[in-house]
Amino acid sequence: MSTYTIKRILLLVLQAWLTVSALFVVFRLAPGDPAVLIAGPGATQAQIDLIRHQLRLDRPLAVQYIAFVRDTLRGDLGISLSFRRPVLSVIASRIPPTLALLATSLGLAVILGVPSGVVAAVRPLSLVSQATMGLTVLFLSVPNFLLGLLLMDLLAVRLRWLPAAGTGGPIFLVMPTIAIAARLLALVARTTRASVLEILGEDYIRTARAKGLSGSTILVRHALKPAMIPIVTMIGLQGGYLLGGSIVIETLFSYQGLGQAMINAVSMRDYFLVQGIALFYVAGFLLINLLVDLSYALFDPRIRYV
Amino acid sequence: MLSLTRGSVMYRQFRRIARVPAAGLGGVLVAGFLMVGLLAPWVVPLDPFVQDLSTALHPPSPSHWFGTDELGRDLLSRVILAARVDLTVVALGIGSAILLATPLGLIAGYFRGLADRLVTAASDLMLTFPSLVLAIVLVSLLGSGISSVVIAVALTTAPPLYRLIRSLVLQIASLDYVEAARALGATHFRIITRHIFPNLLGRTVVYTTLLGSHAILSVTALGFLGLGVQPPTPEWGNMLVSARTYLGTAPWLTVFPGLMIILFILGLNLFGDALRDLLDPKLLWRP
Repeated sequence: MSTYTIKRILLLVLQAWLTVSALFVVFRLAPGDPAVLIAGPGATQAQIDLIRHQLRLDRPLAVQYIAFVRDTLRGDLGISLSFRRPVLSVIASRIPPTLALLATSLGLAVILGVPSGVVAAVRPLSLVSQATMGLTVLFLSVPNFLLGLLLMDLLAVRLRWLPAAGTGGPIFLVMPTIAIAARLLALVARTTRASVLEILGEDYIRTARAKGLSGSTILVRHALKPAMIPIVTMIGLQGGYLLGGSIVIETLFSYQGLGQAMINAVSMRDYFLVQGIALFYVAGFLLINLLVDLSYALFDPRIRYV
Repeated sequence: MLSLTRGSVMYRQFRRIARVPAAGLGGVLVAGFLMVGLLAPWVVPLDPFVQDLSTALHPPSPSHWFGTDELGRDLLSRVILAARVDLTVVALGIGSAILLATPLGLIAGYFRGLADRLVTAASDLMLTFPSLVLAIVLVSLLGSGISSVVIAVALTTAPPLYRLIRSLVLQIASLDYVEAARALGATHFRIITRHIFPNLLGRTVVYTTLLGSHAILSVTALGFLGLGVQPPTPEWGNMLVSARTYLGTAPWLTVFPGLMIILFILGLNLFGDALRDLLDPKLLWRP
């Protein structure tokens, strides 16, 4: 493992510690007493005091903080009040559906976005390219939940091709995937077009052409590979959108993932579950950025982290 | 500063931009929404809150141009009032973010040192939260409602804005004319307000329109999730919640609020692109 990789992973550990601390600060110092929130409306003062004692909220902040970090490291995120199970086990059951949704969305965006971006760069004046680029502007202006609603109206309610909502086989993934992927697809296509256009003007492309390589070899081997760097960077920047999108879209389609659990937890005032899921979303975002940083060396041989 | 007299550079720039149809469309859309938002109470055809169950779920007609919702309220009036609500929330949120990020960015970028490192670390930390996750956490702790949404928009908008302003200050502060001003004995305050601030304004304004389209996405998403502006106050996002129930039977409930969101974001995006071209000195002398 290179020094860069080790340094980058150490940075991740630092970031993780800081975000755990930030969550502690946000959840403990926000106005409103968590014990009151958890006890719910109509609880007596004695019940609130009991909860406050059980949660160590009557102890000094420093003691609470150390206990919070220690528990988090052990994987003890508290008990979910609505599921009456440990938060971690609730989250564990919700992660696979969400990962599946994120993977299909990202996959769709890349598989359709990269080729259409390349076509738009190579044949900028063709009707197909112009139409694709026009469509990306529209995709960037439609919120994912609105697209989801329209898909649901068309494909589930009117045409009855797909189930309107729920979790299960791959068929339940179709509409949520399209709804999340649309914006990402537009961004991937635009970024691909811009960076391929730029690279096609480079000297080494002329060299490759001069030594007689075919157009497609040049495009794939010499142009597309370095063009992946801005694309991957863009995907990293959109990681937050991807994760946030899963929350909205899972809720819309009643898809039993992490995001839907988070919204339920908020409405059930399930304090620890909200906190735990927030922690996992932030961790996911940090991980996406780690992978993006580490992937740069894959795409451009000139980048070597020593 | 900006002279718009005939024949001036800026005037020619405006002419050039105005000729691009997309840019003109963006400006018209944004201005239109601002007008509707400002004048909403006077231009609504009917009271957006009056229920009349005998006319519930009527399709668009001459008496109700956009149709009626499940409680018989006039959809056009609700969409117009929602424009006012959404624009107010976004304006207040982004306004607070600007008030927070500008002084911090100017001070951190100009003086550097410990204050810079602390504020930058705090802003980086906030950027590790996906913005919608941060907004949901904040709203779950503060309770749903307009003020929570404004706070969520402000706190998710301020960090990227701070980063942009700080990086622009770092660039500008190393330029010769700032050095010259310093050599002439200008105070730090004068350098920051007279030499640095005016020069970062253009890029910041462009970036703010982009953040505006992100903010409207967050506000409507929160509304749609039931965590944002609460009914009966109409908001484009929360109007779509009931639209979901009547998908097959009353598509106008989805179409009109949805169209407003799309047009507003489209307008902001096109307007932002046009502004960027207008303020980009590299494009200044092109025919």
